[in-house]
Amino acid sequence: MKCEACGERESVVSLTQVVEGEARTVGLCERCAAEKGIQTAASVEQTPLGGFLSALWKSAEPGSPAELSPPGKCPGCGATFVDFRESGRLGCAECYRTFEPALRALLRRYHGSTHHHGRRHVPSGAPADNSTDDVASGLRQQLRLAVEAEDFELAAQLRDRLKELA
Amino acid sequence: MIDLSLVSDGGIGWLDGSGPQSHLVLSTRVRLARNLAGHPFPIRSTEADRETILSEVQEAAATVGSLRGSASLRLDRLGRTDRQLLHERHLVSKELAAPDADFPPKTGSAVLLQGHLATMVNEEDHLRLQGLYSGLALEAAWAGVGTLDAELGQRLAFAFHPEFGYLTSCPTNVGTGLRASVLIHLPGLVLTKEIHKVLQSLVQVGLTFRGLYGEGSDVVGNFFQLSNQTTLGKSENELLDHLGKLVGQVIGYEEQAREVLLRDAPGVIEDKVWRAYGLLRYARALSFEEAMNLLSGVRLGVGLGLIPDVAVYTLNKLLVFTQPAHLSAMAGVDLAEDELPTRRADYVRRTLDEEAGRHP
Repeated sequence: MKCEACGERESVVSLTQVVEGEARTVGLCERCAAEKGIQTAASVEQTPLGGFLSALWKSAEPGSPAELSPPGKCPGCGATFVDFRESGRLGCAECYRTFEPALRALLRRYHGSTHHHGRRHVPSGAPADNSTDDVASGLRQQLRLAVEAEDFELAAQLRDRLKELA
Repeated sequence: MIDLSLVSDGGIGWLDGSGPQSHLVLSTRVRLARNLAGHPFPIRSTEADRETILSEVQEAAATVGSLRGSASLRLDRLGRTDRQLLHERHLVSKELAAPDADFPPKTGSAVLLQGHLATMVNEEDHLRLQGLYSGLALEAAWAGVGTLDAELGQRLAFAFHPEFGYLTSCPTNVGTGLRASVLIHLPGLVLTKEIHKVLQSLVQVGLTFRGLYGEGSDVVGNFFQLSNQTTLGKSENELLDHLGKLVGQVIGYEEQAREVLLRDAPGVIEDKVWRAYGLLRYARALSFEEAMNLLSGVRLGVGLGLIPDVAVYTLNKLLVFTQPAHLSAMAGVDLAEDELPTRRADYVRRTLDEEAGRHP
């Protein structure tokens, strides 16, 4: 079937609209659907998040994230899970706690893990604050690379910054 | 027009062709996504929230060694051409540059520029810390950005979750918040039609590929941006090592493809690269896409040693300076769409003439 808007391309989406109490269904091609603000599976999957979200919402197994669209609003920013589904973006750090079960499933599916392994942020002055070590090791690494590249001006600046740290 | 003379190297140090593997790899970018605890992410923020974020970041930045002497630019107070110019130089993302006239930049959008580092404020996340380096330089880029992150982290409270790591507006960035991208030129694999196989296999092992300008941009001029797909579950060094190893393999495949081309069709290749050079040297109008594709041909010719006396730096500079905002900046006026092809061809011709003049 041809697209009913342009009459040129094949229709891939059927759009049902209720106009004056009457339901009308039209077939649209991907481009005309996009012009009307409808994302087709093909256009959604062009972005990593689009692919990720569409895989997620398609899923219908019990206990899957689609079943876990939690109701309610985030106390931090007022965002709902529907807002996230629509924009692909969370509203604040608190959203991660508010929607934790659903997000945990989502993270596992996308990243293959829910556990961060890497640099850890410690508030300044806290007992385990190792940020000075991170700065120093970063500067030492830059210094080594600057010397290797024979950029002695940069190397001198980095050496000064290391001295300031000590 | 914006004055980028305050920024060291005009922010184009990454184009100088001095880095490792510069014959194939244009640049390496490492970026970290960070948010400030206790403030809504930009998508839910008010103007006042974003102003607060910006002043907190600027206050912290003033005492950070990595940002000493940095230039601070507010995108919301720059004209469209200036914003686009920064984007064309890869110094701000498309989101921050807001090139679409219907969607002006958000209040509080800003960038701090210092050397290889660009600190974007009020982008999708409060902070996007970017290090952009010439050639294949994952270690240098991480050393630069990692130091900046550690220094800012001493002064700012980042949104951090004990299990999920650094919290980001989009869950695809959570954890390390790290995206490393390598911009690589692969004409050999395109010409030998091996590219799809290679890209497919990269996707299977956790990489993603995009065009010259990142997410949502088309592949032009045989440039591919290869980057890590996931950010959670592996350390920064693991993510970088994995990308580095795979890029090393891709470089090997590209070199093999070039050997095959030279062995099996030397005449065809020689003709192709010189035709590209000839068109660039004498054409009177060039679309951006045509210029990119011809530059790709010349770059291949230079890489194969067929075209002598054109520096990789010149080719890199042409990639950026043939774009609309740069052509407008050089003309000193905003050029209309239909003026661009002739202006572009003029600039390319002049540049290649000068280069040929230096090597008679």
